[in-house]
Amino acid sequence: MSSANPLTVAADVLFQLNAVGVQFGRVHALVACTLAIGRGERVALVGANGSGKSTLLRHLHGLVPASSGQMLRPVAARQAMLFQRPYMLRTSVQNNVAIGLWLGGMPWRAAREQALAALERVGLAELAERSGKTLSGGQQQRLALARAWALKPQVLLLDEPTASLDPAAKSEVEALMAEFADAGMTLIFSSHNLGQVKRLASRVLYLEHGHVLADAPVQSFFGGTLPPAAAQFLKGELG
Amino acid sequence: MNTFQDSVTTAFFLITSFDPLLASIVLRSLAVSALACVLASSVGLLLGAWLGVARFAGRGVVLAFLNTALALPSVVVGLVIYLLLSRSGPLGFLGWLFSFQAMVLAQSVLVLPIVTALVRQSIEDADRLHGEQLQSLGAGIGWRGMVLLWDERYALLTVLIAAFGRAISEVGAVMVVGGNIDGFTRVMTTAIALETSKGDLPLALALGVLLLLVVLLLNVLIALIRRWREAREARGAWLTEMPTDVLIAKAGQC
Repeated sequence: MSSANPLTVAADVLFQLNAVGVQFGRVHALVACTLAIGRGERVALVGANGSGKSTLLRHLHGLVPASSGQMLRPVAARQAMLFQRPYMLRTSVQNNVAIGLWLGGMPWRAAREQALAALERVGLAELAERSGKTLSGGQQQRLALARAWALKPQVLLLDEPTASLDPAAKSEVEALMAEFADAGMTLIFSSHNLGQVKRLASRVLYLEHGHVLADAPVQSFFGGTLPPAAAQFLKGELG
Repeated sequence: MNTFQDSVTTAFFLITSFDPLLASIVLRSLAVSALACVLASSVGLLLGAWLGVARFAGRGVVLAFLNTALALPSVVVGLVIYLLLSRSGPLGFLGWLFSFQAMVLAQSVLVLPIVTALVRQSIEDADRLHGEQLQSLGAGIGWRGMVLLWDERYALLTVLIAAFGRAISEVGAVMVVGGNIDGFTRVMTTAIALETSKGDLPLALALGVLLLLVVLLLNVLIALIRRWREAREARGAWLTEMPTDVLIAKAGQC
């Protein structure tokens, strides 16, 4: 696990945000956000509800445009996003994975074959014929991981991927995230689980009211000096 | 009360005696309304899905017009279609006035806003919940609408029932453009109107009971489809969607 921000070479930068702001009506969801995220990093976004974590992830994935500032992508990289409650279509588990590939332009038969391989990767191949809707929460999240992994992304964005999962399902999903990261995938995830952040992240961003108040390597975040607001959040969460 | 009892008795007699005249009226009613629903649905499903996911300037105005069209009086629709199809009208060359086709056209126009508006609402709700995830998988507006339409297919059956119910129960439009010609354009609702005007209330009511029975049968059919779908989902089996080689392999294991 890398411990420092490795952005010494510009070519390593996947996302460069320059004073990016995102506004929904009168609500400033993200305010003057400036940061860079490099290849192979495991970035955790932490902060209270409504702090702007999901908005930042959605902006990085191109789902919400910037109201001000700009995001630069020096290197084109395939990316996929995982949501807290994955959308299960009324069809089989295999088709639920295949649909992502098919929407990307792959012929249906090939998409189904590749979907099966992705399901094997997350240990769900034996449930391929089941309806996606009948899976448990943990299984649905693993299916969503398979759907994302099948797209062969270089960057995986995850919005609270283990929220509302039981401990066993949580560790299954975490294990898969760690495997993906070890294979070289860049992970950017939001989480309220600081234990998970410690286990998976190499770098932590702390957000509050749309501002990035702290940006530090994981060891420094949990052991070093933090801005008062971040320190207070950490104290509250850990205490 | 006697009239009602008489009508039920008459309805029972008409059904059990397989009266050919009545059968032809019922079948014609079903054919006109079913065809109108198919035509209106083929346009309304796509248009509704697109309106559910697309965002464009003036969308609010379009939706306001669409929702207003839900209250289209059937007689007015009939009158407009009549003017279009009359000999001096722009579609007069078709020669459809007082024909089966004219009734189908009128009912299609009547039902189209219902299908479009209800599908639009359903798809918009689904898109609010899941649209971003489909977008993240690379689905543009068109595919997002199509995937949501397909995924909401069972819920949309209710829309089709509502559309069929509206079509088969309306009288104004088919009366104006069909002319209620015995053996050609007489359908259940126009027959009811005619028998009422003649004072044969038991027969009119009997036809009304029959009309309700037809819709009831349709509802039962839809309910059965829904129950079958729920049972299928609960069972989690998707054998019909399995590749042939897997099916063969499974058969070999038995």
